[in-house]
Amino acid sequence: MLLADLIRIKEQELAGRKPFTLRVCMAAGCVSSNAEAVLAALDRAVKDAGLESQIEVRPVGCLRLCCEGPLVAADPDGKLYKKVRPEDAVSVVKALQGGPTSVRTGDMREPFFEKQFNIVLANSGLIDPERIESYIAADGYVALRNVLRDMSPADVISAITKSGLRGRGGAGYPTGLKWSTVAKTKSARKYVVCNGDEGDPGAFMDRSVLESDPHRVIEGMIIAGYAVGAQQGFIYVRAEYPLAIKRLQTALKQARQFGLLGSNVLESPFSFNIDIRIGAGAFVCGEETALMASIEGLRGNPRPRPPFPAESGLFGEPTLINNVETFANVAPIILQGPEWYASIGTEKSKGTKVFALAGKITRTGLIEVPMGIKLREIVEEIGGGAPEGAKIKAVQTGGPSGGCIPASELDTPVDYESLTKLGSIMGSGGMIVMDETTNMVDVARFFMDFCVDESCGKCIPCRAGTVQMHRLLTKILNRQATESDLKTLEDLCELVRSTSLCGLGQTAPNPVLSTLRFFRSEYIELLQPKSPSPECASTAEKKGEPADDKPVEGR
Amino acid sequence: MAAKTLTIDGQLVSAEEGQTVLDAARDAGIYIPTLCHLNGIQDIGACRLCLVEITGSPKLLPACVTKVQEGMEVQTSSDRLRRYRRMILELLLAERNHVCSVCVSNGHCELQTLAAEHGIDHVRFEYLSPRLEVDLSHRLFGMDHNRCILCTRCVRACWHVEGAGTKNVAGRGIQSRIISDLNQPWGQSETCTACGKCVAACPTGALFNRGATVAEMQRDRTRLEYIVTAREKSQWIV
Ligand SMILES: Cc1cc2nc3c(=O)[nH]c(=O)nc-3n(C[C@H](O)[C@H](O)[C@H](O)COP(=O)(O)O)c2cc1C
Ligand code: SF4
Ligand code: SF4
Ligand code: FES
Repeated sequence: MLLADLIRIKEQELAGRKPFTLRVCMAAGCVSSNAEAVLAALDRAVKDAGLESQIEVRPVGCLRLCCEGPLVAADPDGKLYKKVRPEDAVSVVKALQGGPTSVRTGDMREPFFEKQFNIVLANSGLIDPERIESYIAADGYVALRNVLRDMSPADVISAITKSGLRGRGGAGYPTGLKWSTVAKTKSARKYVVCNGDEGDPGAFMDRSVLESDPHRVIEGMIIAGYAVGAQQGFIYVRAEYPLAIKRLQTALKQARQFGLLGSNVLESPFSFNIDIRIGAGAFVCGEETALMASIEGLRGNPRPRPPFPAESGLFGEPTLINNVETFANVAPIILQGPEWYASIGTEKSKGTKVFALAGKITRTGLIEVPMGIKLREIVEEIGGGAPEGAKIKAVQTGGPSGGCIPASELDTPVDYESLTKLGSIMGSGGMIVMDETTNMVDVARFFMDFCVDESCGKCIPCRAGTVQMHRLLTKILNRQATESDLKTLEDLCELVRSTSLCGLGQTAPNPVLSTLRFFRSEYIELLQPKSPSPECASTAEKKGEPADDKPVEGR
Repeated sequence: MAAKTLTIDGQLVSAEEGQTVLDAARDAGIYIPTLCHLNGIQDIGACRLCLVEITGSPKLLPACVTKVQEGMEVQTSSDRLRRYRRMILELLLAERNHVCSVCVSNGHCELQTLAAEHGIDHVRFEYLSPRLEVDLSHRLFGMDHNRCILCTRCVRACWHVEGAGTKNVAGRGIQSRIISDLNQPWGQSETCTACGKCVAACPTGALFNRGATVAEMQRDRTRLEYIVTAREKSQWIV
């Protein structure tokens, strides 16, 4: 396969386009609300109307306004049909030619879309994720071909470094630096691993990228393999993402058929293969050392670092591990240049970030925004603010490792440093909006509950410390706690943060710490008065609700 | 091997390249508390008792898996470290049922010794008091889950020294349990060679010889190290 072939495929694909297109979202959200039937009904309606030469019905990836699914986008008029039912198909087809329709419509110029900036999701909702031709028509694999023809591995790494791209898996480690560390190791065998474990509650960015544009991630991994000198890649995806796995399998098969994977990629001397590994859905298996243990067939426990994966990773060999979204940024950086990428965002946080917007907000869904955008713009303009009658209280980012940012700080720009300064983190992209009815202590307990469940149990502070923090939070919520319990809780936060082995434990106290920082009064209000008379204390104990707590016995 | 010079608690110490901070400290007669470490078996840095402060590192590092470096400055017992160690031990004491007065290991228990060393006269956390089983199905040994601190010394001895692969961890987090084979009663295990290495490795009263009663369970810790050293140095090959 050569450039000429890529161009030929692109031209064929474009020549086959019809005057009208109906793009039907086939990502997991819409599929779960019956998008498959909508797709079939639209196909039938087009056939019945004899318009097959005029209208293309194309299954695509995520159209983002997930709260309004199943979604259908129409070209060229830019209409977005919401909550489409199979029985609406005929009316949607008629509407394409100017007929009236009963289906609720919006258009792609709504503020929800206008404020967004597409790099990672540029193809999402446009191309058919199950056809490699559709990706090639959107200039897919041209970056790879440019890299193999015109760039040395060092050139590629320097481009990634110059772009300022930082890891999207949560910690924001500079991607170029990571690549160059792996490239410098002298080992005949190296690996590239794509982290698609995505275990944060409420987060579905990586799933959407894999479902909507799997080839983009594959292309990024191949380029990474070339840059660091690896021959084998693994994509680690959780078993709860069957659709993402299926689309990846299809995409990998097509890439092999097209000579983009395997021996002599695009007829160059470089060979690279990618296999899928399916995780059993433990949050901790997203931690890089646990993930690699899991790929090796071992129990998914983290291990102390150093040695870092770049030095000694999978099967003891140097390993590059990056997040799905990180890899999805690679091809655009190569195609449009690192300077272009570096011009987007803030001084230290470049490019865009995909968020899964959820909670007490008018519009929920998948969004991609330039770094540096203010939280307020996301919440009020893209998300449309709180539903009628509600008032926004806080925004949670970073899931169980992150924190709650109070409404008073909504003018904070979204970048790694600013969010960390507020005691939260960028995280992998979960963003939950909370309104005045939310009790912050309850929120802290919700995330602690998650950490208790997901702790691997290897180290003591996390295994036993999270349980004790959960008990104390429950005690506070049941109005049975005293000031000294609050002190114990704070001591535990410090202990678990400073002494846990891996990031799960080290960040588990964050939701408590950040709510204590901004909403301390809510904790204090729930405390017992200072010195209750012995009588009072005993009635309170008797009346207190039974501690709603984890059973500790064998489950 | 190149020698490295470092300071531990203000004392100049020389160590071999590749040695851990823990080994270097012990060679120099400086004590660092440990629980998941056992001479002769692979270290995993799990119990976090051996955490030390190293100048220039924002994070505390486990001495048992941190390699010495030239010029390193190590602090092994600041106020902060002692406070953390005490809390970690209290967390362990509250996690399961450590009733020393009726335990086979009373007087010979690493957890008990460490608790005494750290002046633990009460536990600030709520006792979880789980109801756990005692497995007495094995002909020679017993396992009392109430006393287990999940250090996995038994697992590592079983896999890496004996090579039997009988012991393992099932479940995760607070629900973790040491199991035999596929969670069978120990006595029904088809892989257990009854070598007793796990019993020798256990720091508490969780694994014991059958027949041992209160305070009778003493173990010979040097046996494992002896076997490993002999193997590494091929001492039985003539
Ligand atoms: C408990 C825990 C869970 C994690 N889960 C994920 C995850 O689901 N996806 C991910 O990409 N990174 C996750 N990470 C971060 C990874 O360890 C690693 O830093 C990341 O994959 C590196 O990729 P990046 O440099 O592209 O961000 C997790 C880390 C921790 C501590
Ligand atoms: S911090 Fe928690 S998840 Fe990480 S190794 Fe320790 S117990 Fe396991
Ligand atoms: S049985 Fe003993 S050696 Fe094994 S994990 Fe429990 S305490 Fe450690
Ligand atoms: S002895 Fe080092 S962590 Fe347990």
